Amino acid sequence: MAAAQAPTKRKKMMLWTGILMLVAIFTLPLTGYLATGSVEAEEASEATNPRADTWRQVRQGSEGYSAVTGRETNELIQGSGENWRQLRNGPMATYGSWLLVGVLLVLSAFYLWRGQVKMTHPRTGETIERWTVNERFLHWTTAVLFVILGITGLSLLYGRLVLIPVLGKEGFGVYADLAKLTHNVLGPAFMVCLLIMVVIWFKHNFLNRIDLEWFKAYGGMIGDKHPSAEKLNAGEKMWFWTLATAGVALCLSGLVLDFPNFGQEREVIQLAHVIHLITALILVAFSFGHIYIGTIGTEGALEGMTGGQVDVAWAEQHHDLWLKQVQEKQHSK
Amino acid sequence: MARMKFLCDAERCIECNACVTACKNEHEVPWGVNRRRVVTIDDGLPEEKSISVACMHCSDAPCQAVCPVDCFYTTEDGLVLHDKDICIGCGYCFYACPFGAPQYPQEGAFGARGKMDKCTFCAGGPEEDNSQEELDKYGRNRLAEGKLPLCAEMCSTKALLAGDGDIVADLFRSRVVRRGGRPDNWGWDTAYKD
Repeated sequence: MAAAQAPTKRKKMMLWTGILMLVAIFTLPLTGYLATGSVEAEEASEATNPRADTWRQVRQGSEGYSAVTGRETNELIQGSGENWRQLRNGPMATYGSWLLVGVLLVLSAFYLWRGQVKMTHPRTGETIERWTVNERFLHWTTAVLFVILGITGLSLLYGRLVLIPVLGKEGFGVYADLAKLTHNVLGPAFMVCLLIMVVIWFKHNFLNRIDLEWFKAYGGMIGDKHPSAEKLNAGEKMWFWTLATAGVALCLSGLVLDFPNFGQEREVIQLAHVIHLITALILVAFSFGHIYIGTIGTEGALEGMTGGQVDVAWAEQHHDLWLKQVQEKQHSK
Repeated sequence: MARMKFLCDAERCIECNACVTACKNEHEVPWGVNRRRVVTIDDGLPEEKSISVACMHCSDAPCQAVCPVDCFYTTEDGLVLHDKDICIGCGYCFYACPFGAPQYPQEGAFGARGKMDKCTFCAGGPEEDNSQEELDKYGRNRLAEGKLPLCAEMCSTKALLAGDGDIVADLFRSRVVRRGGRPDNWGWDTAYKD
């Protein structure tokens, strides 16, 4: 019996010793609190290093005093510039180039696959007015300004990568100087044109059920269906609303960049620049599609914006509801 | 080659603005352009500290990275200089710079920017050393004459140090060691103990 009991007793002792050791491991380090007390510990944590405080304030961009007067001269370090740099040089420049090149590739591939969307019926010879002379003048003024602003603007973003190897630094510097001046002077003119456009074409651009059907039939671009459309089809309406939103944001952010004399701070400028860049890339990408469809993509589409007159057969194919409306108006006269 | 550095000892700067004035005078910079300025944090409070700041000649300079015409270059001494013949005055370096170093003379209406001007570490620009052209565009080239930047050379409390980064660092380290490292030490005794 005694021989059998001895191992259990030893096991029990081992167990209790183990528990005691564990408790000691956890409690002994806490005895430090008996000596210091919790109140003292809190006081110590509130006191900060005054030297570190100074530099912490500096890093947080808090304003001090400077005898040198001027914009934000009292701010020692502004941290947001580095974020702006990373955004501009990184994702915005990279994805922007993918977007522009991607759209061009898709359009080229589409043209090779589909070719020009031809007129399905022979020309009747009878024409109706699609755009008045004033509307055409407005369109082409805006278009020319858009192309100039687009090229000069993209030169500032991608010129260093693409044009400096070709023109050299001096050559590109001369061009970029002119480009910057042109961009800054023509920008406000473009804004005026765009705003007039948004106002006078607003009435043609309410989205409705017809537009949904138009999208479902891929706007007649794919297949042989010819979805109904009003004066402006759903694609043109999307272009309008892109201009009315992104385009207006582009113009407003451009004003912030164009007129530094109002003393706007760098953070405002950086934000405006990010908005300006993103909206500009969206508009340029969309304009590729607009130009493609309006010129080589669709037979007869350019006539409406050059001469102002379109053939009735073309109108029947692309804007049947508008044609009906115009004809009804003529009959009622 | 040496890696040139500025260092402003915040414990020593007394906000006399002499560095600002000396710089303006030495380089004949135009009205409204300040290559250097002194900023005072907690002005009038016991924790008041003043720091003189100009272009810090960064190793990975944001101005250089965002410049659309790539007009910046880094010299063998680690100085970030720029070519005014290429600069278009777009303002991007000013947006990106953490220290507010790039300055622009106003050129034309609506605050249109002229070519950027900034601290050159008294090392001029790409033109021939000490030529009239360099003087007109970038100010004096003291480095080519074997001198250091004037702002630091004439600093009365030697708060502003400029020169080879290793020497500047050694100098500052010796000061810090003498001051003692206790973080709650502050005030004028920390700088002028002995």
